[in-house]
Amino acid sequence: MAVLVDKNTRVLVQGITGREGEFHTRQMLEYGTQIVAGVTPGKGGQEVLGVPVFDTVKQAVQATGADASVIFVPAPFAADAVLEAADAGVRVVVCITEGIPVQDTVKAVALVRQKGVRLIGPNCPGIITAGQCKIGILPGNIFTPGPVGLVSRSGTLTYEIVDLLTKAGLGQSTCIGIGGDPVLGSTFVDLLPLFEEDPDTQAVVLVGEIGGSDEEIAAEYIRTMHKPVIGFISGRTAPPGKRMGHAGAIISGRTGTPQAKVDALRSAGVPVADALYEIPDLVKQALASRT
Amino acid sequence: MKIHEYQAKEVLSRYGVSVPRGRVASTPGEARQIAESLGGRVVVKAQVHAGGRGKAGGIRLADTPAQAEEHARALIGSRLVTPQAPQGVPVHKVLIEEAISIAQEYYLGITLDRARQRDVVMVSAMGGMDIEQVAEEHPEAIVKVWIEPWLGLMPYQARQALYDAGIAREAVPTATKFLLALYRAYVSSDASLAEINPFVLTQDGQCLAADAKLNIDDNALFRHPEFNEYKEESEEDPIEAEAHRRGIQYVRLGGDIGIIGNGAGLVMSTLDEVSRAGGKPANFLDIGGGAKADLVRNALEIVLMDPNVKGVLFNVFGGITRGDEVAKGILEGIRSLDVRVPIVIRLAGTRAEEGLALLQGTELIPAVTMQEAARKIVEVTR
Repeated sequence: MAVLVDKNTRVLVQGITGREGEFHTRQMLEYGTQIVAGVTPGKGGQEVLGVPVFDTVKQAVQATGADASVIFVPAPFAADAVLEAADAGVRVVVCITEGIPVQDTVKAVALVRQKGVRLIGPNCPGIITAGQCKIGILPGNIFTPGPVGLVSRSGTLTYEIVDLLTKAGLGQSTCIGIGGDPVLGSTFVDLLPLFEEDPDTQAVVLVGEIGGSDEEIAAEYIRTMHKPVIGFISGRTAPPGKRMGHAGAIISGRTGTPQAKVDALRSAGVPVADALYEIPDLVKQALASRT
Repeated sequence: MKIHEYQAKEVLSRYGVSVPRGRVASTPGEARQIAESLGGRVVVKAQVHAGGRGKAGGIRLADTPAQAEEHARALIGSRLVTPQAPQGVPVHKVLIEEAISIAQEYYLGITLDRARQRDVVMVSAMGGMDIEQVAEEHPEAIVKVWIEPWLGLMPYQARQALYDAGIAREAVPTATKFLLALYRAYVSSDASLAEINPFVLTQDGQCLAADAKLNIDDNALFRHPEFNEYKEESEEDPIEAEAHRRGIQYVRLGGDIGIIGNGAGLVMSTLDEVSRAGGKPANFLDIGGGAKADLVRNALEIVLMDPNVKGVLFNVFGGITRGDEVAKGILEGIRSLDVRVPIVIRLAGTRAEEGLALLQGTELIPAVTMQEAARKIVEVTR
């Protein structure tokens, strides 16, 4: 078991013939991910790295039984690609594409939620179950199997934290980068229950950042969890009203401040690291207190 | 992207939102001509992005064209100091509008509700005030309706919100048309915020946008060539403007330690770490994923444009970004730019060893962890 994806997951790549799509398909194959199909309209019948390419997601699913999709298509067409995947019946859609207009995302997210399809992203690094399946652009070599789950709004920060965990002898179960946009297919509260139920996960690291109220909402849910959660919030010194790269990371008015997030998490009993390097020790303490 | 009031009113009126008659002026002479053509009393309004213009003296009433010219002369070229912009923002243009006879001042706003993942319309009879203050002190005075993404704002929702908010009953039919037009403008322009404050009911029963704020979703600009002409004016800081021209995510923060990293979250954490070590970051700069040497060199050049910068910290954790490419970019920067400040570099992840090997024998100061890097840059810039 793992969260959402494992060694049996059959993955198709939308936009496989593009530069990014092909590069990361190679990386995913090297990690051991089962890439069973690619989709690029008009390029059906070709092969990329030995993977058959189809014109539509529907054809790819019918021919290969793919149950997850990863999207590398350019922003103007990405929401359409999400809807195509959801309509074709895949279970999990991971949208890597950055820069999708928010109105497109709002519509796509409303529909995938209605269909019960799990969308990760957009503007995210993807999902990995250590040692089994990597879907997205995360650098596979820093992950090692173990009991720690991770869910994060940031990509490179995830790598930094995973590296610290691995070096401290703490392996990972599943790590999910949920993305940096203001509207996301999956927020913390959508995913925490999956970690709570996953027998491979013993503790969860939640990596939040300024902007929005997802961390505060997550804190309410964490009160009901049995597994320990360790938190970290980035952007504590960010000035209000400035967009710091992530479209979602902006403090507007009185919402989204780092202190409100830290306070909400702490009041729910979550140890929140002030600095990144404190995270492994907090995880060790949490794991020790469980046994 | 933030656009100016006069630009917002241009956009809104295309969708049938009623605005006062008026035109923008870049010189006092133009202001006078516009005031003459409008006839009667006019309002001269400084075009800046910061709110709180009125209190700062950026909105002035003129009884005659000569007075309008005088106000324009005082405003154009000055720096307007507002509570939202304590350092002052330069005024390049003024909007000259007919003065309107206000009977009531209301508030209308449309924006994204992130938590509900859909747009929300807000209506309040307490217009003309700071809406955040209203939200805090009288939350019940703001009526909200949420919009179904695949349906859009329905007429009944607009009516209901206006009645519930206590808008004068006889004005509701006109206000409903106004609100629906505002929503059409919001959706069609890919706006992230549309705000009319005050939304005015005039003594002769008209609904008018006395002020207008429209922010456009940067991600959607590719499908709005009509906003290209607004882009130039949207930048306040010259270094930020130059960075964006080069496709670099840069935000100026006012301190003296330049920061360059990959990934928004990692860069934000680097700022936090430098602050914890007692330093003041000069900027946020994200080179993104998979940056090549040329972009890294460009990033260094941008950061060094800030004369306050006393040292630069590179913090790169390579995933798709390769450490050797980053190192090459830095070396190229040192060769081609006049670098007179110390540089601390922390490289980890993909091809970090190769990168560090390239940097050996230079004056760059290496660090193993982010924490160590932050401490070192603070030490050498003190």
